[in-house]
Amino acid sequence: MTIDWQAFTPVSALGGGALIGLATAVLLLFCGRIAGISGILGGLLRPRAGDTGWRLAFTAGLALAPWLFGWLAAPAVPHFGGSTAVLIGAGLLVGFGTRLGSGCTSGHGVCGVARLAPRSLAATAIFMAAGIATVYVVRHGLGG
Amino acid sequence: MILLSAFGAGLVFGLGLLWSGMANPAKVLAFLDVGGAWDPSLLLVMGGAVAVAAPAFAWARRRRRSLLGLALPAPPSARIDRRLPSGALLFGIGWGLAGICPGPAVVLAASGAGPGLVFGLAMLAGMGLFELWQRRG
Repeated sequence: MTIDWQAFTPVSALGGGALIGLATAVLLLFCGRIAGISGILGGLLRPRAGDTGWRLAFTAGLALAPWLFGWLAAPAVPHFGGSTAVLIGAGLLVGFGTRLGSGCTSGHGVCGVARLAPRSLAATAIFMAAGIATVYVVRHGLGG
Repeated sequence: MILLSAFGAGLVFGLGLLWSGMANPAKVLAFLDVGGAWDPSLLLVMGGAVAVAAPAFAWARRRRRSLLGLALPAPPSARIDRRLPSGALLFGIGWGLAGICPGPAVVLAASGAGPGLVFGLAMLAGMGLFELWQRRG
């Protein structure tokens, strides 16, 4: 393993992480809800009376963040990897998988880990290992 | 007030994703690439988020209602069914292919980046397929 110190950004990583934790705390303390993005979006596809407003409000805030961030800081330029076909396949897997597994990086990886939920600790270990294995195969091949 | 709190939480969450680098697929892939030039930054994103969120969950455990009088989540279940590992596995493979998880997908699609829109729509389709599959099964 070689650590790429040039790419390492500890300040923005910790600061951004703290903001994610703060948002999670606000949604929990005020609305009594878990800030799991796949669960929030999935609930919109299965609407129940009285359970839609907060989901739409949270998603609207999330969707407006790039605009506010571009105004506060230098606009972030994302770099995408993979062809359109790969993006479509990956999107389908992420959508179906997070619903089947009841959570994603935020619901399991942040909320679940923060309250030491056994299901989330297991899910986080599995999706991290699967992500690492997938990148390994794509970038370095099966031959190692 | 509930809607405003949820909106504010979503906005701050998105700013956190953008600042931390989670909304940059290349950075996420560099974090997952432990066999190449590894960028450990995203470990700190998770560490920072968990460190701030954990006290809030500890507080919620001792309470019955949120500050706005809403029900708090039930204590986590310990039952691990077959769906959990299967779903986590599929999600992890998709995450490793594109470097995008659901929160950043919303941010990237909303920022108008073409590949972000493609991924976001495919992700919603995947969620929709799950709903269909579940209703059928």
